[in-house]
Amino acid sequence: MDELLTVRGLKLQFRSMRGVVKALDGVDISVHDREILGLVGESGCGKTITGLAILGLLQKPQAEITGGEISYRGQDLLAKSDKEMQDLRGREISMVFQDPLASLNPVFQVGHQIEDVVRIHKGVSKRESRDTTLAALAEVGLPATDETMKRYPHQFSGGMRQRVCMAMALACGSPLLIADEPTTALDVTIQAQILNLLLRLREELGVAQVIITHNVGVAAQTCDRIAVMYAGSVVEEGPVVEVLSRPRHPYTIALYECLPHGHTASELRTIPGTVPDLISPPTGCRFHPRCKHVLDVCPTTKPQPAQVADRHWVSCFWATGQDGAASGHEAAP
Amino acid sequence: MSLLQVKDLTVHFHIRRGLGKKSMDTVHAVDDVTFEVVEGETLALVGESGCGKSTAARAVLQLVKPTAGTIRFLDQDLSGLSAGQRRKAMRDAQVVFQDPYSSLDPRLTVHDLVAEPLKAQARMSARELEARVLALLEMVGLGTQHLWRRPHEFSGGQCQRIAIARALALEPKLVVLDEPTSALDVSVQARILVLLDDLQRRLSLTYLFIAHDLAVVESMAHALAVMYLGRIVEQGPAAEIFRAPRHPYTVALLRSSPSPDPEERGTMKVLEGDVPSAVRPPAGCRFHPRCPFRMDVCVAECPQPHAVGERLVACHLPDDFDTSTTGSKVLL
Repeated sequence: MDELLTVRGLKLQFRSMRGVVKALDGVDISVHDREILGLVGESGCGKTITGLAILGLLQKPQAEITGGEISYRGQDLLAKSDKEMQDLRGREISMVFQDPLASLNPVFQVGHQIEDVVRIHKGVSKRESRDTTLAALAEVGLPATDETMKRYPHQFSGGMRQRVCMAMALACGSPLLIADEPTTALDVTIQAQILNLLLRLREELGVAQVIITHNVGVAAQTCDRIAVMYAGSVVEEGPVVEVLSRPRHPYTIALYECLPHGHTASELRTIPGTVPDLISPPTGCRFHPRCKHVLDVCPTTKPQPAQVADRHWVSCFWATGQDGAASGHEAAP
Repeated sequence: MSLLQVKDLTVHFHIRRGLGKKSMDTVHAVDDVTFEVVEGETLALVGESGCGKSTAARAVLQLVKPTAGTIRFLDQDLSGLSAGQRRKAMRDAQVVFQDPYSSLDPRLTVHDLVAEPLKAQARMSARELEARVLALLEMVGLGTQHLWRRPHEFSGGQCQRIAIARALALEPKLVVLDEPTSALDVSVQARILVLLDDLQRRLSLTYLFIAHDLAVVESMAHALAVMYLGRIVEQGPAAEIFRAPRHPYTVALLRSSPSPDPEERGTMKVLEGDVPSAVRPPAGCRFHPRCPFRMDVCVAECPQPHAVGERLVACHLPDDFDTSTTGSKVLL
């Protein structure tokens, strides 16, 4: 499998009234051909920002990338101009967002909105863009008819609207889709339909995906690999079954124990403390103030990813043993 | 002993067909809903958006007027009471809403927020009031240092604690929890669930728990009522329904919820179709357009709830019918 997208050591900060928000502090992820990667974490951990940074959608100069690299099929995305990025978005990498009602234009018919995307990216005739649009609607399980094309976003249900967004994202045949909380606004039976659609798109069209979600269940049921984020870094990454059945990072373990799935409330574990303020994040490992396995080294040094099992990487001194972190430096790709 | 009995509760709303139009449509929000909440237990009303679970809870709290049906709370029929009597009766029923930022007045301090119900309903000296406010805050895990702050200075989880303290101020018997953790992150959600569970034991509270997240419900509920488009399709002991759901909709709801357990990978099922509009609900069984086991009778006749063991199921299928095959498997 070829590596499609690679993010290495991505650091990003925002300027705000209160100071500089160190939002991302070394994010490492990679997505291979036809692979679904889950980016999992709680609010504010930087998972959406990572998605937006990949697509170059963050507003400059407030958002500033201070380190790291993003490469897509060997091209350095951070070196590209705005114009080049615009060509790439929608054609090579697409994104669907959490709230489909907010990401569709309420005053244009959906057919028109999808056709626009096709014409801009492919430079084809009106007729051709119409055919492409109808094909895209059929792919996402909507009736490929004039009637669907002529409807406005408000005339669809939430699940159908998300399908429209996905049709728009895939109309130009992008091989990589970034889905940011694609089912969070939907009911559970509709969520299952959309997740199944994401899996079908991979099966039939070979679309690789990054699914950004706070729902561990969504990641567990759809992804091949997951990356768990905390306070701006990926703390653990690996094959989904491996990571969820043998989590190594104290945060992943604690997060998993917080899930009410199959437990009574009295059996639930909680994580002490709160998510840190990223204007003055904790030094060293950002999880150390809440970690029950904290070692002397944790407050001073940031742990590097170290391999603990086949393709399973953890950034933690405790999980890898003090020496493990040092060998992690060498082993890191 | 049951604290709350709801019988044949129906709530219809009337809405205009369109801007400036005179003709009206009826939204069948809740239809013929019957349930009981046993003292000291938690009854969860679950279902997807628009199924009427929140409206049913609001009717219990007398926040919307039922179109038909009776609500008995503490052995009193609420519909027969005068406004004053009702106000007195409702002291014992309090509520915590989903979004604490919109349910707490942003201009009030924590002290005033928690003291407000006490001032309105309880006669207390200033000193008693102070002591009570502090005791309540302590009960939900907040302290003196939080007294004079306002809601925007708190995280979502802390705000929900303030809302819980406020709801408990008058020592209610029943607390309606309307999606109390849906707006929270999982690690914060776990802490609120632990708190609610602890408070229930300590104060022998009765909860009417409204939720769409089945894992949350499973961790909290003793009894469960599953709603679909205004009607209860299945109700009974929670553990039993989770173990072996009977109604095809309950099966679909449980199976479409993605499990975080990697060993259950690939067990997720998909139910096709959308929830129909509550303005023109399907005739007969409201679930029939999406039901894989639809029969002629389902289209013609609305199934009445009948007892299957300890639970009530509203479905025309024979009791020994295997509904576990509802929904198609996801591609993995």
